[in-house]
Parts: sequence; C-alpha cells; structure tokens
Amino acid sequence: MDIPYVVDARPDTGLNNAKLAIWLFLASEVMLFGALFSSYVLLRVAAPVWPHGYDVLNVPVATFNTLVLITSSVTMVMSFASLKMNDLATFKSYIGITVILGFVFLGVKAYEYSEKFSHELYPSENTFLAIYFTLTGLHMLHVIGGMIVNSYYWGPGSKLWHTAPAQFTNRIEVAGLYWHFVDLVWIFLFPVLYLL
Amino acid sequence: MTASHADDVEKHTKTYVNVFLTLLVLTVVTVGISYVHLAVPLAITVALIVALVKGSLVASFFMHLAGEQKAIFAALLLTAIFFAALLLLPVLTYMGGIGTPQHTEVVSGAESGH
Amino acid sequence: MEHAAILDHAAPHAHGHEQSFWRTYVFSLDHKVIGIQYAITGLLFLLFGFTLMMIMRWQLAYPGQPIPVIGGWLGTANAPGGIILPEFYNQLGAMHGTIMVFLGVVPLAVGGFGNFVVPLQIGAPDMAFPKLNMASYWVYFLGGVTMFASFFVPGGAANSGWTSYAPLSVIATMGQTIWLFGMVFLITSSLLGSINFIVTIVQLRAKGLTFMRLPFFVHAQLVTAFLLLLAFPPLEAAGVMQLMDRLAGTSFFMPSGLIISGQPIDFSGGGSPLLWQHLFWFLAHPEVYVLILPAMGIVAEILANNTRKPLWGYRVMVLSAIFLGFMSFIVWAHHMFMTGMGTTISAFFQTTTMIISIPSVIILSALFLSLYGASIRFNTPMLFAISFLPMFGIGGLTGLPLGLAPSDIHLHDTYYVIGHFHYVVAPGTIFALFAGIYYWFPKATGRMMNETLGKIHFWGSIVFMNLIFMPMFAQGLVGINRRLWDGGMQYAHAAPYQGLNVMQGYAAWAMFLFQIPFIINFFMSIRSGKPASKNPWDATTLEWTAPSPPPHGNFTSVPEVFRGPYEYSVPGAATDFLPQAQPDSGGAPTPAPTAAH
Repeated sequence: MDIPYVVDARPDTGLNNAKLAIWLFLASEVMLFGALFSSYVLLRVAAPVWPHGYDVLNVPVATFNTLVLITSSVTMVMSFASLKMNDLATFKSYIGITVILGFVFLGVKAYEYSEKFSHELYPSENTFLAIYFTLTGLHMLHVIGGMIVNSYYWGPGSKLWHTAPAQFTNRIEVAGLYWHFVDLVWIFLFPVLYLL
Repeated sequence: MTASHADDVEKHTKTYVNVFLTLLVLTVVTVGISYVHLAVPLAITVALIVALVKGSLVASFFMHLAGEQKAIFAALLLTAIFFAALLLLPVLTYMGGIGTPQHTEVVSGAESGH
Repeated sequence: MEHAAILDHAAPHAHGHEQSFWRTYVFSLDHKVIGIQYAITGLLFLLFGFTLMMIMRWQLAYPGQPIPVIGGWLGTANAPGGIILPEFYNQLGAMHGTIMVFLGVVPLAVGGFGNFVVPLQIGAPDMAFPKLNMASYWVYFLGGVTMFASFFVPGGAANSGWTSYAPLSVIATMGQTIWLFGMVFLITSSLLGSINFIVTIVQLRAKGLTFMRLPFFVHAQLVTAFLLLLAFPPLEAAGVMQLMDRLAGTSFFMPSGLIISGQPIDFSGGGSPLLWQHLFWFLAHPEVYVLILPAMGIVAEILANNTRKPLWGYRVMVLSAIFLGFMSFIVWAHHMFMTGMGTTISAFFQTTTMIISIPSVIILSALFLSLYGASIRFNTPMLFAISFLPMFGIGGLTGLPLGLAPSDIHLHDTYYVIGHFHYVVAPGTIFALFAGIYYWFPKATGRMMNETLGKIHFWGSIVFMNLIFMPMFAQGLVGINRRLWDGGMQYAHAAPYQGLNVMQGYAAWAMFLFQIPFIINFFMSIRSGKPASKNPWDATTLEWTAPSPPPHGNFTSVPEVFRGPYEYSVPGAATDFLPQAQPDSGGAPTPAPTAAH
C-alpha cells in the first residue's frame, strides 16, 4: 500500500497531506514569533524608558526592504501560477527573481546590522536592541531557509516537473505558503520595531 | 488545458497585481503616519490595524486562505486564540490594579535588612 | 539471531530487494522500527534518569555521608571522598527532571507508542511522512547525546533545575548552554513529530473510520500532538533568548541592579526573570498533559479489552480530552502564584485551573465506571492499567491545593509539589506505559511476555512507588523546601519527617531491584516468549488484524471499518468481541457507539 493523498485531496477533508502539514508548521511558527512579540510587549511595558524605533533604526532603508519582500511574495505566487499554466520557463524566471529579491533583503539587513555594530550598538547594549536583533535575526534565518528551498526548486528540484508535474506544483504551492508567511511576519515586525 | 482554466489563472493574476499595489500603498501609508508621531497608544493601534489589513491580504489572496478548507481554518483559529493568550496574559500579571503597570523597586542586599 | 525476527517483517522484502542492515534497522523509514527505536532509547533514558535519582536518594537519606561502592566512580569534581557536593546534587536534580520528562516519558509515550500503534490503529500503511519521522527520531537522539554529554564538561551538567529559572541559569556553568542546545534539538524533533501525527490521523484513516470510531488512544495522541505543536515554540524562543543572554550578553531575563556575591553584574539590565517563567511555563504546563494523555489512552484501550465491555462514556471522554487540551494553554501561571502578580489575574489563573480539573475528573471517572459490571481479566497489562486509576487520582487530587492560590502560598516549592507531580507521572503515566508495553509487545515481536515476571514487576513497583512518594505530602505540609541538597536538615521542627528519607531511599533502591524482572522479561521474551497470534488479547481495534509483527506496509489487504472501537459483549453476537474491521453479516454497518451501556 502506498501512502495516499500525497497529491490528490482526501474527499472528506479536501486536503492533501503536504498542504495540511505546512499550515500546521506555520501555526507553530506563529507561536514562535508570538513568543518574541510577547517578550517585546512585556519588556516594553516593564521598562521605565523605551526608545522610539525611528530614533534608533533606519526607517527608509527598512521601508525599501519591506517593499522588496512584498514584491518577492508576488513573484512567488506568480511562479506557482505559471506552473498551473504548464509554463516551466516562466516558473523558473519568477522563482529565480524571488531568490534574488531574497538576496537583496539579506544584503540590506547586513548593511543595517553592520551600521549598528560599527557604532558599538550590540544586542547587549539595551533590551530594545536585544529584542530587535533577536526578532530580525530569527526572521532572517527563516528567509535564508526559504531561499535555500526556493533555490533548490529553481535548480535540481525542478527535474521533478518532468516526471510528476502535479506533485511538483504541489511542492511549489507549499514552498510558496512558507515564503508568504515569512513576508507576513515582516509585515508585523516592521511597524512594531521601526515605527513605534 | 481548457480555455476556462487559462482564464481562471489570468483572473488570479489580476488579483495578485491588485493586492500587490494595495500592499505598496498601505506600506507608504503606515510609514507616513509614523512621521506624524502620534501618542504611543494611538500609534500602536493604527500601526497594528494597517498591519492586520496587509497581513489579511497576503493570507487571503497569496496564501489562498480565502476559500480554504475548514480544517485549516480550525487549526488557525485555535492558534490565534493561543497567540492572543500568549500576548496578553503575561503583561496582565504585571498590572496590580487594572491598567497600571507596577514598577518594582530594586533593593540592594544591604538595604533589605538581611 | 532471533531478536532480529521482530524487525525482519519490517524489511521491505515485498519491494523485491534486500536493504542493507543500516537501512533496515538503523535508518529505517518504517514507523514500527522508528517506534521501537524511540521506545528503547526512551526506556534507557528512563533508567538513566532513575539512576541519577537513586544517587540523590543517598544524599537525602544520609546527608554528607560518602556513598558506598560507587562513591569513587563519581569523580572528585562531583563527590570528593564519595560525598556528594551541593553543585553535583543540583546537577543530578536538574538532569533527572529534564531526562525523565523530555528524554524518557514523552519519547516513549508519543514517539514510541504513538509511532508504533497509531498507523496500525487507523489502518494506514505508515505515517504520512516517513522521512520526517526518521528525521525526528535522529534529532531526538542527537538531543539526548547532547544532554548526556553535558555531564562531562567543566562545571558539569545544567544545575538550575529542569525549569532553568533566570537569572541563576544565565550565570550558571557551561552545562546550561549545552542544555539549551539540547532543548533546541528536542523541540525540533517534537515539532516534526507532531506535524506527522496530526496529518496522519486526519488524512490516513481507513475507509469507514470516522472520528468518533477512532480508539480513544488515537484521540489522545491527536490532542497531544496539537499541544506539542503549539506550546513548544515559545520555549524554543525563550531558549534562544537565554542563549543570547548567556553568550551575547543581552538582558532579556537579567533585571537592572542585580548584585551577585556583593558585585553588581555586568549586564545592561532592563530584563525580566518573570519573562522566562512565563515562556517556560507556557510550554511546561501543556507538557504535563502531553505526559498524561497518551497514558490515559493506553489505559482506556487495555481497560476496554480486559473488561470485555465498551468504555463507559466514550463520547464524553473524547470531548473532555479536547477540552482539556484547549484549557491547558491558559492555566500556566498557577506555577507562578508566588511571583507577585495582582489578585485579579491570579484569580483568573486559579479559575481556569479549577475548570481544567473537570475534564480530568470526567476521564478518570469514566475509566473507573468502565470497571463496573465488568468481566475482568487480571493479566499484567490490566494490573498496571487498573493501578493507574487510583494513582492518577491521588496525583490529581493533591494538585487541587496547589491550584488554589491561598493554599499554594504554604505548599509552593515544598516536597508536597514533588509528591503531587510524581504521583501523576510515576505511578501514573509510567505505570500506564508499562501496561502498554506488556499489551503491545506481542504485536511488535510476535511473542508474549512472561506473566509471572510481569506480576512480580507490578507488585514490587506499586508497593515501593507509594513508599517513596506518599511521605512527600507530609514533608511538604510541614514545610520542607524542595531542591535542598541536604534534604532540609535546617528545618529542626521537621526532623522526623526528614528522617523518612531513609525509608524512601531504601524504597527507591528496592524499586530499582523490581525493575530487573521487567528488563529480563523484555529481552528474554523477544527470544523465547510464547509465540503470539495476530490477536492474542481478543481485541477489537485494527492493529490486531495485522500479523504479529506486521510486515512493511502493515496490512495484507486494505482495511475497512464497520463499527466503533469497543464492541465487546454485544448482545446476540457469537463472540464476546466484534472487531472493527469485521464486516456485518448483512445490512447496514453498525453505527458508532453513542450512549454508555
């Protein structure tokens, strides 16, 4: 007996296994980042003084980064749409752009971090910086993880399209859900850390 | 591949572009508002509302949550409840009265009378 | 070697090719092999954690006296002259808790029993994601090695309690950093596993197996998986933050103005030790339901089978398990009543804690009521399963004064707490796990375990468990604090209660001796136990329709389910049990059981 519902949906739940799995994983990620947001709330409420994000961090640069990530989300969903249109070449273009935008995001963050470090502003300096570096650092690790997966599917992983196109499309859908979530976290991270 | 399937995907693509443009606008809005330097509670409220709208757009249209199966919604609803608990309850333990944070004094060993 | 027969059937001969030894027994994708790996590793860690406690018991019984025989083996850093140092005692304490909970009970209960039994009970060929399953075992293994290795670094293992409270844990020795990395591995393993369980149970149920026809064991594992999925991540975040505090000098948990040994410490301050407590207990409270739910599931299966009647109140039990899981997320600060929170929020947590006792009581009562009017077979699994009921009852009832803030003032951090939670986990969960081993051993190995050795194991264990833990309630009520290296010698008024430690020490060492028949039985029966049929217990659930042990892919034909899980002693039936997979002789399938009989 093979494992059923790898690609086809189970009739009563309407889901295939991977889709349910990724949503459950994303639920756990909500709790992970939720704990850090909760820490932010507690630390800020308990602090006698707390800086405004815009006084410490570079808002224009981070705004640019926000737009980069949102754009990468669009290109990701377009790559999935391309596969639905049976267009592997366009899929590769879109997912390639997604990866490149990921690199741009990382580059900008690297610039931001080095700016802070060059002024001796390390996580140990105060709790605002501690939570800033931890939240954005963890987010960055998630971006890197997504980029690795997306690069794999742009490259050697795309071979699966030729033998099992439905399964490959399903995997891109799943990878896309993860990538959109990474964007979603940033959509909350950005105002909380930079604008308040 | 039928023509209607291609139409479907094209309709989706239009939606993606519209959502993208909306997200761009909302990003500019939220950054713009931050320059107004509202009082902190108001600033937080506005920023979170805008973020919620943006997040809902990403979730509903890019992640296809609109029209997703019940099981997914159920899992996410459960998560949302626990997320809210995690966000709200700890800080409530810091508030002796309703809404008044307690600032604990730090006392060194000598003063506390050991 | 005959023991290889257990796993022979897991080898994919059906694929027409032999896999290497490594692929078959070590890096297997088969849920049965992975389940056995989890179970054996978990049992070994249980034994190791128990050994740590037996060393502690000497110190408690005879504070400051050199340990006979093994004193020299502990090393001069830990026990010069064979006398346990306070620092070493603290390591033993912290690691005993960590190992028992995270490396012993949960891997056995969820990784072991869950992995082996769930796919079989739902009629699936394997878990939904076999590769993920294998990965989750090896990451757990890595976490276990990490935790074990921490004993051998300078300063020894973690010594700030399994709860690792800041700021002590932040300034503790290197072992604490290793503990944090170990926890990251274990949490990752748990996450991968919980996703697998939920998807498997939701998606891979056989035809006809609706949710309300699932064995209660599967419901319990499903709720447990949700607890692990959603409650662990905050501890992962907290672990990262504590690592940042220890390694990057941040002050997430370090308050301003902290003075240690007369010196102000070199941290920026502004952090909160309570933040650690909130994030830790957000996980650790649901964790205790992770410890108990699979056990309740196992007991339910064994009770139904050995009473030859349906479970009383199956539907109510299922709803209670779900409600219990939900409530478990909003009670955690009852571990923090003494941290200075306001009375309003304290009342909130007290209320939710009282509410959560209701589903626990319902489940326990339903299990008790399942015995009424039963035709009981007192085999070894049943003895352990029945004993679970009063033991868990004692554990649960003694939790009530802890969950009520006023009485908790007196009892917090005393031996009363230790008595309470050990009753739930030790003669509670662990007895249920023993019951499960005796019950499912024939399915896993094709052989029965020896009944005489089993009964010796049972009687010795239950007597000595109670002798170890019952005195703790008195010790706590009289005020003896927990985690004291000398067992509370400074409490002059409590000297007679502290003296009970001598008896408790001997009870612990006797308890160990009575595990030897179990260990012998386990390995001996693999080789020469009485051969078992497909269904030696005359049970109704699906795992008993597969061969013992089941082959790769589990079922020789696609299973279909026609009735509920506990159709025992159905009036008018030819046999006293109707297997779930047995078709009706004619007419519509039997609907799932709704009311109690």
